[in-house]
Amino acid sequence: MKRVVITGAGTINALGATAPATLEAMREGRCGIGPLDIRDVDRLSIQIGGQVRDYDPETHFNRQQISLYDRFTQFTLLAAKEAIGQSGLTFEGELAAQAGVVLGTAGGGVNTWDENYRTVYEEGKNRVHPFVVPKLMNNAAASHVSMEWNLKGPSFTVATACASSNHAMGQAFHMIRAGMTKAMVTGGSESMLCFGGVKAWEGLRVMSKDACRPFSANRNGMVQGEGAAVFVFEDYDHAKTRGAELLAEVVGFAMTSDAADIVMPSKQGAARAIAGAMKDAGLNRDEVGYVNAHGTGTAANDKTECAAVADVFGQHADKLMISSTKSMHGHLIGGTGAVELLACIMALRDGIVAPTIGYQEPDPECALDVVPNTAREAKVEVALSNAFAFGGLNAVLALRRA
Amino acid sequence: MTDEVKDRVIQIIADQAILEVSDISMDQSLEDLGIDSLGLVESIFAIEEAFDIEVPFNANDPKASEFDISSVASIVAAVQKLVADQAA
Repeated sequence: MKRVVITGAGTINALGATAPATLEAMREGRCGIGPLDIRDVDRLSIQIGGQVRDYDPETHFNRQQISLYDRFTQFTLLAAKEAIGQSGLTFEGELAAQAGVVLGTAGGGVNTWDENYRTVYEEGKNRVHPFVVPKLMNNAAASHVSMEWNLKGPSFTVATACASSNHAMGQAFHMIRAGMTKAMVTGGSESMLCFGGVKAWEGLRVMSKDACRPFSANRNGMVQGEGAAVFVFEDYDHAKTRGAELLAEVVGFAMTSDAADIVMPSKQGAARAIAGAMKDAGLNRDEVGYVNAHGTGTAANDKTECAAVADVFGQHADKLMISSTKSMHGHLIGGTGAVELLACIMALRDGIVAPTIGYQEPDPECALDVVPNTAREAKVEVALSNAFAFGGLNAVLALRRA
Repeated sequence: MTDEVKDRVIQIIADQAILEVSDISMDQSLEDLGIDSLGLVESIFAIEEAFDIEVPFNANDPKASEFDISSVASIVAAVQKLVADQAA
């Protein structure tokens, strides 16, 4: 089996337009959540989100591109450019023939659906732009990255709701580990902060009207975010030989299904995924220093997740740090695991653990070290990243300091 | 008017529980009736649609809202209040 390392990282999200800017915001415990600036926001009962602000597509893309790129594709292309640029890879010949793009998204081109439904239903028009289908399809972002960077190997999109990115990155990891390819571009994106996207979430009555406060006793729900994060996963020997900077090593991955309920999380399903990732990596419990939590800020997720972590780690659960960066960038749904992997890289490479901000009151059901409100310096050898989706689909990645 | 509200709320709950109206008693909880968290959210939606009201309910903290869901009787009372407030 081949070893797998990360040699490039890129992002755009509510905390920043690049990976360094995002990590700086996480170090400072900055909040990217604020009032939504979208059409018909006055008709929404939820009016906050982790929106990408001061963003003008025309500074990055020409008119023809914008007519084909939904917002989730635009974010993906910007993140991919940063990640591939950092990796220093040029995809040519055999490398290009093997390398592909696996990305996660839950909704794909939600803004495109929303805008065009308005056109036909609200405005009563009988004609939409000819590119609606290629713009809204869930694989649009993966396809455009493959076209832009000459990636001719296996490319596809994974949709497992809030676990999409982790499932996607797990596939990329498996392919390199199996020796199928020397490199993969992977991660995920989401952009459903539009009237229809937020309205759909309101219906479940799990959204907070004021803030995302994971693990805090007074938490009152999740807050949506948007954006993308993309990584270059690479064969360790290939990266070493060419002298690439190693951001972290991906050492394990596991997936489980609760097979129980379409929305309520299961402690057993989560625990099996966490334990599975450690087993896959050959890790002992006490090697894990940091867990990037799914930590949505809902009553159900946070207590279930803490119980799962306590079950898996036993006494070591009291020694490890667990934080939810959703408190800062919001829940990017299908893109969330990708943005959160940045916090794992920061813990391993920079020795800085991102905080759970907005933490106000301890909850006896979440009695772990959640790194409240302020980032912490710590030497971390191994980090896990949890993602647990609606539908009971769980995916956990294990990373080691490179 | 208030009996009409009561009858409609009970009908909505009965439909959700897949029971006859006559099988619902006022002191039962939704749990007693086999209505889970998704069923609760669906019932609230049906109530909002039936009476054209906004029900203040957050599934993360049911006890924090004024909308008491602890029994059929408390739900009926809460809906009657919301309907009366809207008329006022």
